Amino acid sequence: MAPPLDHERAAGSAPVDVRKVQMNPFRNGAVRASLVLLPAVVLLSACSTDPQNVFDPRSDFTRMIADLFWQIIWAAVVVFVLVQGALVYAIIRYRRRANQGLPPQVHGNTRLEVAWTIAPALVLAWIAVPTVQTIFRTYEVPSGPDVLTIEVIGHQYWWEYRYPGGNVVTATDLHVPVGRRVVLRITSADVIHSYWVPKLAAKRDAIPGHVNTLWFTAEQTGVYEGQCAEFCSLQHANMRLRVFVDDQPTFDQWLRTNAQPAATPTSPEAQRGSQLVLQGTCAGCHAINGTNARGQIGPNLTHFASRSTIGGGIMPNTPENLDRWLENPQAIKPGNLMNVVVANPQDRQATIAYLQTLR
Amino acid sequence: MTVNVGQLGHAVAAKPTGLWSWLTTVDHKRIGILYGVTAFIFFLIGGIEALLVRMQLFVPGATVLTPDQYNQLFTMHGTTMVFLAIMPLNAAFLNYFVPLMIGARDVAFPRLNAFSYWVFLFGGLLMNLSFVIGGAPDFGWFGYAPLTERQFSPELRADFWAIGLQVLGIASLAASFNFIVTIINMRAPGMTLMRMPPFVWMQFVTQWLLALALPPIAVALILLIFDRHFSTNFYLSEWGGDPILWQHLFWIFGHPEVYILILPAFGMVSDILPTFARKPLFGYTFVVYSGIAIGFLGFIVWAHHMFATGMGPVADSAFAIATMLIAIPTGVKIFNWIGTLWLGQTAYKTPALFAVAFIAMFIIGGLSGVMHASPPADLQQTDSYFIVAHFHYVLFGGAIFGITAGAYYWLPKILGRMLNERLGQIHFWLMLIGFNLTFFPMHFVGLNGMPRRTYTYPAGFGWELMNQLETIGAFIIAISFLFFIYNVLVSMRSGAIAGNNPWGAGTLEWSIPSPPPVYNFATLPVVRSLYPLWDGPNDSRLTTPAASTTPEEAHVHLPNPSYWPLVTAFGVTLAGAGIIFGFVLTGIGILILLAGAYSWALEPAS
Repeated sequence: MAPPLDHERAAGSAPVDVRKVQMNPFRNGAVRASLVLLPAVVLLSACSTDPQNVFDPRSDFTRMIADLFWQIIWAAVVVFVLVQGALVYAIIRYRRRANQGLPPQVHGNTRLEVAWTIAPALVLAWIAVPTVQTIFRTYEVPSGPDVLTIEVIGHQYWWEYRYPGGNVVTATDLHVPVGRRVVLRITSADVIHSYWVPKLAAKRDAIPGHVNTLWFTAEQTGVYEGQCAEFCSLQHANMRLRVFVDDQPTFDQWLRTNAQPAATPTSPEAQRGSQLVLQGTCAGCHAINGTNARGQIGPNLTHFASRSTIGGGIMPNTPENLDRWLENPQAIKPGNLMNVVVANPQDRQATIAYLQTLR
Repeated sequence: MTVNVGQLGHAVAAKPTGLWSWLTTVDHKRIGILYGVTAFIFFLIGGIEALLVRMQLFVPGATVLTPDQYNQLFTMHGTTMVFLAIMPLNAAFLNYFVPLMIGARDVAFPRLNAFSYWVFLFGGLLMNLSFVIGGAPDFGWFGYAPLTERQFSPELRADFWAIGLQVLGIASLAASFNFIVTIINMRAPGMTLMRMPPFVWMQFVTQWLLALALPPIAVALILLIFDRHFSTNFYLSEWGGDPILWQHLFWIFGHPEVYILILPAFGMVSDILPTFARKPLFGYTFVVYSGIAIGFLGFIVWAHHMFATGMGPVADSAFAIATMLIAIPTGVKIFNWIGTLWLGQTAYKTPALFAVAFIAMFIIGGLSGVMHASPPADLQQTDSYFIVAHFHYVLFGGAIFGITAGAYYWLPKILGRMLNERLGQIHFWLMLIGFNLTFFPMHFVGLNGMPRRTYTYPAGFGWELMNQLETIGAFIIAISFLFFIYNVLVSMRSGAIAGNNPWGAGTLEWSIPSPPPVYNFATLPVVRSLYPLWDGPNDSRLTTPAASTTPEEAHVHLPNPSYWPLVTAFGVTLAGAGIIFGFVLTGIGILILLAGAYSWALEPAS
């Protein structure tokens, strides 16, 4: 926090400073700071390994976008330096001094003005051509037997995924194989959302009544963060997601497991929990394949225990967090659509025991 | 405010006083002051909303605000700043100065002018009334359907928003017709279109944009109100409507709106720089035509707000190229401002400081704008804090810096006294530093993956430091405006007497006393050039600024005060409010509106 305080002191300090800068307003000002800052943006952005940094592409799709973005940024940096430099020069060089007569009364210069009308047009052409080429590539949705197509459905406030065949329906955690073309077909069940995975897929809006596509080929295994980017009401901030890029055997194994119906609980506590879930209010909103729970409002829970987070990606899927969630989901994520409270601690433990069996 | 007109004892010249005189005024200068004061109060409210938002974002997981409060505040911050602060601040300068700058005694329709103000005031109050009746709008300033539909926003909030905007639109439409007619018809002898000051030109373009851009949003809002109250399903896909229709209609208004907000500031800076550089605007013709070009192009780029909606490659390409084209006339303006400074002798008084900072900040906002003109790159930028950084560089770094420059430049004309230069410079440096500290880090944090409109964010994503800097910067901006308020309050009583033309400017508003007499010009000026006060041996730049001339006794017929605009505006607002509170009010409102309009029409001319 030191820099802002320094700024504050410099700006608010004695009038002597003010008078000095009056003659030379930008020598210590924002323009010079910006000249230092802009390359800094570039460097910082490029070096960052933060989870949602857009300049750390890990797929063919985001790499294509980042390459275009860099081309535009460099053009912008050149323009910035030239124009801002000319402005600063004009401010410093042509400030008023004592005892001057009137300056030359120049009204314009047609040749110069035509030139600086054409110059930006050329710079823009330099970015317009690759832009249009890239636009068409973003819409070339791959097809064929080796393409994995996944339906992505936005809900207030969580993401649902449906894999081919219809047996695998999951939430929040998207699993894809490394090195294989993936197509996301994105829509919404309620309001407009936007599916954003900065390192893998960039973003497309999830719009009710529309299906948008994103495609990408993940370059390396790992876990990638993302979240809803279009304001979708109260808990927009907590509509998170993760993409697990697995190697092919791990992915195949995951897909096989997740295509199975739900496991039948064996321990007495889990059995009691399954009764609570399947005969209580849970089943009204949640589906568990292989049982009579067929609710379509909340996430499908068939393989709930295999997911890394709960509550739309806001906390790790641990028994402790689950207990807090079931005790009062509105306290943790106010405004989410789960208005059910499991008040009795024993019931919560039984419910958690059952949910833990859903591997 | 000193009143030095009344002593003449002439009935026409006497300056009216008292609350009633303000309620019934049809004087464009007083209406301008009403606009300015009201809009500045809304600006402060919008600023407080922003500070609360920034406090909530100071650390991850803060609990300063509930999610619901946060969503109301960011929505009302945007709505307030766009519709209740920047637009009416521009309207304040439009009202006060355009008639003075074209050498007119008032606008074409003085009572319609009063009507515009009262409708604006009532619309703003209606919108903010929602805070105490069930909560303010909470879905973002562009209100994307279907979130605004009854099933997702069952409360009155969306009705307050839709009706509030509709009412405010009526105010702007009426004002736009008024000023288009005024600028075309009421210029002083010899003031050809190409001798109009650039501020007048840019306001002229702005008024056309308003007249043409407000109807689409009026339609969009009517459809939304029908959806909410009569189950018409225009924006509901499951019943055959389409939420994307809202986005198209909104942005067909919304993008020209961006230029409605910024073009007047372009004009202000184009008038301020020549005064302080003591040379004419470089390439006046290019500046005027580029303003017109921006106005035209502003209507064919709306869908660049929608690149993530998947419009397809042809539409994306068309809107990308159209958007990039706008950078050309905008660049031309920037080059011409630099050309104005070039070889000049700019004295960096406060207005000039704000004006050149405006250019510097607007360059940054313009360049980030070109970055998201590219749809694939925009897929990473849209709805992130990078966008928030961009539009604050154009709307705050642009419009607000320009308007602040205008305030320091023209307030001496309104107050009759100079503002304190030292306080002005402190304001400038605090605001420049605070502004950049608030909004420059938003570029980083946006490209680092932080989406906008989130009331909370997790730790560990690399967003903490930037958010803290932003919050500190926001408070520095707030402090800077305290210096402005203090400066105005002190200077209006004890500032140095301004005289007619304290800056040695060349345009007509500086040829008359400060503050101007009610009739503006005792005899209408005859204009022979772009800078009439720089012509000939009495060039205002070479003569010592004289004390204010005594207003001449003038036998000028001025329109009578009238309360019918106020009554009619109340009827309009009540008719709208009835959609929120019950249709009986709509009926009463329409009756008041009809009675007001009828009495207005039959009011005796003198």
